Amino acid sequence: MSTITYREACRQAIRAALQADPRCFVMGEDVGRYGGCYGVTKGLLEEFGPQRIRDTPLAENGIAGAGVGAALAGLRPIVEIMTCNFSLLALDQIMNNAASLAHMSGGQFAVPLVIRMATGGGRQLAAQHSHSLEGWYAHIPGLKVLVPATVEDARHMLAAALADPNPVLIFEHIVLYNAEGELDEAVSAVDIEHAKVRRSGTDISLVTYGNSLPKCLAAADELATAGIQAEVIDLRVLRPLDSATVIASVRRTHRCLIVDEGWRSGSISAEIAARVADEALYELDAPLRRVCSAEVPVPYAAHMEAAALPQVADIVAAARALVSPAG
Amino acid sequence: MSDKLHLDRAGLHRLYREMQRIRRFEARCVALYQAQQIRGFLHLYDGQEAVAVGVMSALDAGDAVLATYREHGHALAKGVPMDALMAEMLGKEQGCCRGRGGSMHLFDQSRRFYGGNAIVGGGLPLAVGIAMADKALRPGAVTACFFGEGAVAEGAFHESLNLAALWQLPLLFVCENNLYAMGVPLAESDAQPEVYRKGAAYRVAAAQVDGMDPVKVAAAARLAVAELRVGRGPYLLECRTYRYRAHSMFDTQAYRGKDEVDKWRQLDPIARLQDWLLANRQISAEELAGIDAGIGAEIDAAVAFAEAGTPEPLAELTRFVLMDSVVQEQTP
Amino acid sequence: MADFLMPSLGADMETGKLVQWLVKPGDRVKFGDVVAVVETHKGAIDVEIFLDGVIDNLAPLDQEVPVGTVLATVRQSGETAAPAVAAVAPAAVAAPVPVITEVSAEPARSAANVGRIRISPAARQRAQQLGVELAALAGRGTGEGGAVCLRDVEAAVSRHPAEATAATGSDVHRGFDPAQMRQAIAAAMGRSKREIPHYYLTDSIDFGAAAQWLAAWNAERPPEQRLLPAVLLLKACARALLAYPQFNGFYEDGGFRAAAGIHPGWAVSLRGGGLVAPAIHDADRQTLPQLMTAMRDLVQRARAGSLRSSELADPSITLTNLGERGAESVLGVIYPPQVAIIGFGRVQPRPWVVDGQLAVRPLLNVSLAADHRVTDGHLGGQLLAGIGDALQHPDTL
Repeated sequence: MSTITYREACRQAIRAALQADPRCFVMGEDVGRYGGCYGVTKGLLEEFGPQRIRDTPLAENGIAGAGVGAALAGLRPIVEIMTCNFSLLALDQIMNNAASLAHMSGGQFAVPLVIRMATGGGRQLAAQHSHSLEGWYAHIPGLKVLVPATVEDARHMLAAALADPNPVLIFEHIVLYNAEGELDEAVSAVDIEHAKVRRSGTDISLVTYGNSLPKCLAAADELATAGIQAEVIDLRVLRPLDSATVIASVRRTHRCLIVDEGWRSGSISAEIAARVADEALYELDAPLRRVCSAEVPVPYAAHMEAAALPQVADIVAAARALVSPAG
Repeated sequence: MSDKLHLDRAGLHRLYREMQRIRRFEARCVALYQAQQIRGFLHLYDGQEAVAVGVMSALDAGDAVLATYREHGHALAKGVPMDALMAEMLGKEQGCCRGRGGSMHLFDQSRRFYGGNAIVGGGLPLAVGIAMADKALRPGAVTACFFGEGAVAEGAFHESLNLAALWQLPLLFVCENNLYAMGVPLAESDAQPEVYRKGAAYRVAAAQVDGMDPVKVAAAARLAVAELRVGRGPYLLECRTYRYRAHSMFDTQAYRGKDEVDKWRQLDPIARLQDWLLANRQISAEELAGIDAGIGAEIDAAVAFAEAGTPEPLAELTRFVLMDSVVQEQTP
Repeated sequence: MADFLMPSLGADMETGKLVQWLVKPGDRVKFGDVVAVVETHKGAIDVEIFLDGVIDNLAPLDQEVPVGTVLATVRQSGETAAPAVAAVAPAAVAAPVPVITEVSAEPARSAANVGRIRISPAARQRAQQLGVELAALAGRGTGEGGAVCLRDVEAAVSRHPAEATAATGSDVHRGFDPAQMRQAIAAAMGRSKREIPHYYLTDSIDFGAAAQWLAAWNAERPPEQRLLPAVLLLKACARALLAYPQFNGFYEDGGFRAAAGIHPGWAVSLRGGGLVAPAIHDADRQTLPQLMTAMRDLVQRARAGSLRSSELADPSITLTNLGERGAESVLGVIYPPQVAIIGFGRVQPRPWVVDGQLAVRPLLNVSLAADHRVTDGHLGGQLLAGIGDALQHPDTL
């Protein structure tokens, strides 16, 4: 066991990928000399040189598309889009090419591309730097969408993503970069198929991912002091969605609260709720409920931003209302 | 200084005063940032003041301005009150955007200041549309759109230049070429690092000017704006400039040497204009002290106003996601 | 404010006539109270209310109204009466504002909400598995907004199941109109034979063990505590239905819906002719003496024409017992939307092989008529076998 930051885990993952496969390279805005907008690629330019740590102009659609092309023709690109907010400029290439080529070509072309991007709010970066768009991307067939929330997943999901023949998007939450966690050296790989139970409980399932995971774990601690045993499910992968693990948990607890930093309407939380209602309605002993971000562009002011994003207190209150409304 | 432009004493003093307001306003912002009263990203304009102040001196109150996330200087130069700006920086309800926008999203409808855009290149297509509207509704009005040289690599730049030229819009594209897009030098991000040359491909008139000299910028802007006002647009003005500080508050600056920064500081627009004014007896020591004292008082008042400001009630959180009506244009 | 609606007392009831109020405006009513008498083609039925509060705005008597029509309003605790507020309004108001009783504009929809209780899907399913009647859970919810949840169902099971409501006396003319009754039976049985693909099974049960046990039980008790053989049959059926819930429920909207509890309708022939089969609620969870009491009460009230609405609305299967003077066997007609009817013939001594030896035993013929859309003969055979087995061990019933 060693304690490292999420940022360092991401960096180790990239370094290991570059060492393991000469076809693998990183490109993105300020990934080289600057060391990455969030410092993830710091030091890699010196180690691997400018051919494999490639700084690009600010041209998101261009570099995403170039990543698709490079993957088509035999390389294994890791494209970094600074934040998912900027990925909207690359959405055309991600959706119309990366996600569609395999199918459009009748199975002739795989797109073994990895795109990493920062996501989420909580640093007062206001509306154009704070959004959580992973749920949007999870809407698109042809993509895989990963949301590492632990240092272990940050360290090992990349290798699984690179080994996958499909375009894989990895969303790293900006607040998690500084978070520290235990990394078990005995673990050398993780799957990118399954959700995980991060804490067992009997009274309610908190279904979440990304930076809402630590919030849910904190909420579970608080709920435990009130005698409520919450089970916490880390989705890990938003597409394809592992509903089986969620359903199995709901079968144990009979209550389900979904915590998602995305906006509520049409969100991944709505998809999870629909699946639980579909597959486990008769297991439910309370309404399906969600804690999501307020449906506003994330505001700058600290108190307003805090009110807009899911907080531990919101999760605790919602869980208590479902488990023991009287108390 | 420029011999093409005859600025009177008051005009020169105004250039000095506006640049100094920006610099000292931001210096106070840095202190407030370190005291955690300002949060998030804070992109400082330190070193580039001559561009906003020079261009703005060629514009009228009825002209439209769009800027980037490094836009404190543009907002001040366009006349947005410092009180409202500082309150916005502190996230207060009395801020120009009620604390919703913060440093990167300053807006003032009444002054035709359209922000405040944190997506690189995001303002350029907007400027095309605003110029279209002006051409139809406000004959003679001009739109000035500021952007960094990093934006030149975005598709939005090329699309916007083409559209503006195709439709002959009164749009002044102001590229503030500070040589680095975050940490990537222009030479490594652009096959053609002479930004103004890109205008030719779209049949857009273009010029390159020393962005460290407010008088030269003002002169170039006046020439361009004169063309635009009579319907000969658009125009691309590349201002070569430099930011002394990090991209946003702090970075390692591993992408450039300290000597390079020092070299550019020798060209500082404020210090040089001050020296020139004194040497040429265009300003007295007393006048200079008076201007500086006035700025200091304005900043103190702005900070006091902002600190006395109130946080917006949480109940208002979901306001302004959708509007009930289009806000009628106001003039201050 | 909640509405008390003209209830549906059977699948074929479309209208009802309110003939008597057993409460007056301003009376406090509670869940399960009998509050009115409604005349249907089956006769006058005591109607229970499943609301708690103060009743008001009683509808006028003797009008034939569709199911779902508002008959009264019930002000639940904490609410103030709207008319009362108007009454104490300042005198400055010049013209009195007429108090308009709100009448549902969509009786059909309101009818669908009758008896709809706020319960979680899991609790609903659990209640069904445990045979807990949903109506018994209404108002007992501890979930959000008073919703019934799992813990409430489990609490209900641990409570004593029988919570009989005392019948309210009445001086209304009681009894069934024979002509109407005939019409109702004709309609129901005609529909049954048109729509339900019946299949029939019969079996012979050695009633010796049961008869012996019953004789011993009754020998020790005064007449009012003695049990009739019918009670053993009822309990044996309830026990078997617990194991084969596919026969205990309803075929509706193209599919089977299991009943929330085992509420066999016990066929009672009426003296003036005709037949009624009111429910004995939760027969599987009542002791033999309780069932005996319930059955006596039910038969008496059926013949007196004072059945309760839930007794007519709830039967989940019909049991018919021809008794001592009946025929040897009966093949019944299913009462829709139920899916089965179990019939018992007369017990009579017959030659029977026991342990390879011919013996004379008291034999009972049991039959099943069941809906082939829901079950098959194989399962039906298992149900009959289950009933037979239960009767071999009367001490466990």
